[in-house]
Amino acid sequence: MDVQTKSKGLHGVMAEFRGPEELLDAARKAYGAGYRTVEAYSPIPIHGLAEAIGQADRKVQTAVLLAGMAGLGAGLSLCYYTSMIELSWVPAMFSGYAHNIGGRPLNSWPAFIIPTFETTILFAGITALVSMLVFNGLPLPYHPVFNVARFREHASTDAFFLCIEATDPKFDAAETRRFLTGLGATEVSDVEA
Amino acid sequence: MTEPTVARGFEVPASVDRIRRQAAMVGVIGLVALIGGAFVNRPQFFQSYLVAFIFWSGVSLGCLALLMVHHLSGGAWGLVIRRILEAAAKTLPLVALLFVPLIFGLEHVYEWAQPELVAKDPILLHKAPFLNTPFWVARTLIYFLLWSGMAFLLTKWSSQQDQGGAAGLDRRFARLSGPGLVIYGLTVSLAAIDWMMSVDPHWFSTIYGFVMVGGQGLSALAFIIIVLFTLTKSEPMSSVVQSKHLHDLGKLLFAFVMLYAYFTFSQFLIIWSANLPEEIPWYIRRLSNGWQFVMFALVLLHFALPFAMLLSADIKQNLRLLMPIALLLFVMRTVDVMFQVSPQFHEGIYIGWIDVAALVGVGGVWVAAFCHYLRGRPILPVNDPYLKEALANHGSH
Repeated sequence: MDVQTKSKGLHGVMAEFRGPEELLDAARKAYGAGYRTVEAYSPIPIHGLAEAIGQADRKVQTAVLLAGMAGLGAGLSLCYYTSMIELSWVPAMFSGYAHNIGGRPLNSWPAFIIPTFETTILFAGITALVSMLVFNGLPLPYHPVFNVARFREHASTDAFFLCIEATDPKFDAAETRRFLTGLGATEVSDVEA
Repeated sequence: MTEPTVARGFEVPASVDRIRRQAAMVGVIGLVALIGGAFVNRPQFFQSYLVAFIFWSGVSLGCLALLMVHHLSGGAWGLVIRRILEAAAKTLPLVALLFVPLIFGLEHVYEWAQPELVAKDPILLHKAPFLNTPFWVARTLIYFLLWSGMAFLLTKWSSQQDQGGAAGLDRRFARLSGPGLVIYGLTVSLAAIDWMMSVDPHWFSTIYGFVMVGGQGLSALAFIIIVLFTLTKSEPMSSVVQSKHLHDLGKLLFAFVMLYAYFTFSQFLIIWSANLPEEIPWYIRRLSNGWQFVMFALVLLHFALPFAMLLSADIKQNLRLLMPIALLLFVMRTVDVMFQVSPQFHEGIYIGWIDVAALVGVGGVWVAAFCHYLRGRPILPVNDPYLKEALANHGSH
């Protein structure tokens, strides 16, 4: 009975590692052993860690690329419309200005490049931030990993954690705990949901 | 402390020696053709030679600048290519020697070197205190003394480091490189004005020095990636170079592609918008009589295509995919230098065999010298305190 409730209320098993290399190594081994719902936590960016636990999706990159292209189209259209198109039936406040400026052609596209560039960067930059937050599921007021005291106090400064979550098909509290200990973890703890 | 086995494992592959011989052969053939060209068409000889000289000196100087940037910034990317940078920087005295023939034909290249033209032209007369042969030659001599001096010191200290020399060498590198980069920026700006901008002595552009700096950085990075591709065909570099190094070099290449486009577009937009009679002729010349196609090719192949390709992280990390882009950029750099210089001498689009002979001849000699300087030392800075970390196969940079 006691065991039953405990495993029901388990978010996963968390292991602490000494440094970035140990964490990366453990992450690779955990993924290699067939665990798929794995999260790694590090206070510093570790190159290749995301790939090591199978997080190879390019959602943010794709969103940024698409937004950049949308920004390019929007900026170019804006320049084109404001400096070339003046239609009699369009109310004055929405109309472009097809004026002769310094004898240059209306379609002075070299001058359009800078606003177009700026809107490209603007769209891409805002999308990078917003899509990162959305795809990460942020803001998130509660997350079980903070139930581990070591994590609360050290995860953002000087400790490296790997958490195998209970939703993993291969997850078995005792077996997973043994597995993580075998990877050379300095400490292995249960994470309450 | 280095174990001797490590040092022994980092020998320069034999292919470098083979390439040196081949390059020397190609260089001699090119130079013979070039000298033939001097008899056929003397002005064209000097004009083509100027293009080749500016391009190949740019590779040396770009490598010198990147070497100093690396000594200031550190980073694994710089350690794996440090010997390439040093060997290229060491060619600077040779490049200075290659400059000498130009002195004997200045009047074929520069209007300001023709007294009868200067006498008739109030603007050239006004510029004569700066743009005259003795002062021009003296300036170039000073540039080469400064560049060769910095290259000499940095490579000398590097050899001392190889032999386990004095502690604190890495601080000495940094102490020279800081002021060295300032000297580089100033002298290359002046060299850009002297060698390239004064080909049209009436024209001026304040960003032109930076255009040359950006171009040299791009030429150097493209060259480094091509050399790395060759070196990684055999041990030890095949097991040394990792995707993290390539990713950084790819990012730098990407940055320089954008930087160069930014500089040149800034120059174009300002001159095009103002449309002033003293500035715009330079672009009118380059946008008519066929030269516009060269400009479109540059926009497409020097910027747009490499830019689109280098957006991908996978391409940046894969030397087999990165190499063709670097090769394309390297070739387009020669086209760009030609595009800056040649329209002054040819109303209509022109690329002649003397141009090709000069680029190949000077290039062959340059590459042979580069290979020569690459030999005889370990292919990696074996005693650098950061080398172990740079070669470790884990995440941190």
